[in-house]
Amino acid sequence: MAHKSSLNNRPLEIRWHGRGGQGAITAAKIIAAAAYAKGYRGVTAAPSFGAERRGAPVSASTRIASEPIMVVSQVENPDIVVVLDHTLLSYPDVTQGLGKNGWMIVNSPLSPKELGIKCECNIATADATKVCEKLGLVVAGLVIVNTAILGALVRATKIVDLPTLEAIIRERFSTNTVDINLAAVNKTYEITRLAK
Amino acid sequence: MAIQRKANIHILDGNQAAAIAAMMSRVQVIAAYPITPQTPLTEQLSQYVEEGELQAEYVAVESEHSAMAVCTSASLVGARTFTATSSHGLAYMHEMLHWAAGARLPIVLACVNRAIGAPWNVLNDQQDSISQRDTGWIQIYCRNNQEILDTIIQAYRIAEQVFVPVMVCYDGYILSHTEMPVDVPTQEEVDKYLPHYKPHTVLDPAKPKNYNLVTLANPRVGVDGKLCHGYMELRYLLQEALQNSKEVIVKAGKEFNQVFGRDYANVFWEDRNEDAEITIVAMGSLAMEAIVAADMLREQGIKVGVLGLRVFRPFPKSEVVQALRKSKLIVVFDKNISYGSEGATCSEIKSALYGTYINAAVRNFIVGLGGRDVKARELVEATKKAIASLKETVVNPDYPEWICEI
Repeated sequence: MAHKSSLNNRPLEIRWHGRGGQGAITAAKIIAAAAYAKGYRGVTAAPSFGAERRGAPVSASTRIASEPIMVVSQVENPDIVVVLDHTLLSYPDVTQGLGKNGWMIVNSPLSPKELGIKCECNIATADATKVCEKLGLVVAGLVIVNTAILGALVRATKIVDLPTLEAIIRERFSTNTVDINLAAVNKTYEITRLAK
Repeated sequence: MAIQRKANIHILDGNQAAAIAAMMSRVQVIAAYPITPQTPLTEQLSQYVEEGELQAEYVAVESEHSAMAVCTSASLVGARTFTATSSHGLAYMHEMLHWAAGARLPIVLACVNRAIGAPWNVLNDQQDSISQRDTGWIQIYCRNNQEILDTIIQAYRIAEQVFVPVMVCYDGYILSHTEMPVDVPTQEEVDKYLPHYKPHTVLDPAKPKNYNLVTLANPRVGVDGKLCHGYMELRYLLQEALQNSKEVIVKAGKEFNQVFGRDYANVFWEDRNEDAEITIVAMGSLAMEAIVAADMLREQGIKVGVLGLRVFRPFPKSEVVQALRKSKLIVVFDKNISYGSEGATCSEIKSALYGTYINAAVRNFIVGLGGRDVKARELVEATKKAIASLKETVVNPDYPEWICEI
């Protein structure tokens, strides 16, 4: 059987930054499942390896490719960085490795320009926290922005479409939380501001 | 011939794949103690039992030593048993691992590979299972989550034919906590593949008997007047069972293909070895990253193949020799170290090649200990370094090189 070089199947790589409890890992998994549903045969989703604590910076990664993925090492040069908590932008590892054609998706009340991020990448922002607060998407005092920020990600990068994302959220969430999460996705999609 | 069947893809992490495999294998007794990164697997299994999805006894033990003691006892009264652990948990089980193999019990254990302290480290390497190499267990390593699911199901089929316990090893976090597509079979398919467990001995209070009592060095006549094996004969039979298990492993892999359409007819995975001058050897998920490294090296015109070790015990010596017959240089990456010597898989490769017509140079690199990330480009650099070293000498160095900052 002819060998298909993995070099022709470079995955799209997404790195997620959030704080423990915000749901970055769940978001990484949802987008992987949605991509598989859209026909990508290779998807992986992983938390940053090690001990996670509530409130502490955490990261996760998603890889998406047309063929099964052979790479198991950690993401080095992400195509997309998603930041669930804008206070994390002060950490240099958040933008690390992101190329100039890449996307930064940030949960922030500021516009992409106002963020003042030093990178040549494309930037999208949306105030997902405000959207979720209004909808009451709060668990134990913590605003859960992980589904909302997916709306911004989809709007900016179009890696999957909203109906596919909705289907996965319906599959993975309990019936009483589906509607509020879908409302958060759709509202955040609408208010996302883009700067290419 | 591959069969046509509809795939049923779920996006699962390695622990979920293992839990599903144990459930579908209809295990009857599970005894396990939670330890990172195995914990979600035991949680999932206890949930299956609690919710009635799996008709099994889940024994919440106070230690891994007890977990294996429970599995040993349960297996001896005729139950199909499963346990899982990592790192210090496996080390703590050590005594009972010998016991399970010595008693010839077909227990299946999932080892979620993790480093051992000191110092504390919860991340991946293969030091834990490699340290249990000589306990008499069959060891099979997985490259991805599909292989975890498939291998656990095959493990029962193998173990219950040769009466040797099987350790199914997969990398902590890199597989255990990483989601990827996995084709989940139907219960009917698994039932078709896995017959009921038929124990060689059943301890039953209604028919009392002794089993594994003190056994002297020499054979002697038992109370029933029959000549019984001495200790050494029993040990010989365990070795013979492992030697012969290779055929059973291959057959179980072929039969798996007939039911599930995925072929496990070989004791290792080969990638482009047919024309390779250089072979990279790796075990577990690293064997996947090695394929990416081979792609990169091939693009630079270097003819590289990959040997992804799957069955580590029994070690498939003649098959390895056959696979490496054209190699001029063998670059072995180990996620373990036999301190004062070299990586365990490197020793096996060298041992297999000794006395054959193959006179390839062997270079060993220790990588990925304690969760240190191993990137394809690092495998590429190391392989090129190994190629360059041939100009100085083809003689194998005494000790391995380490890919680290020292």
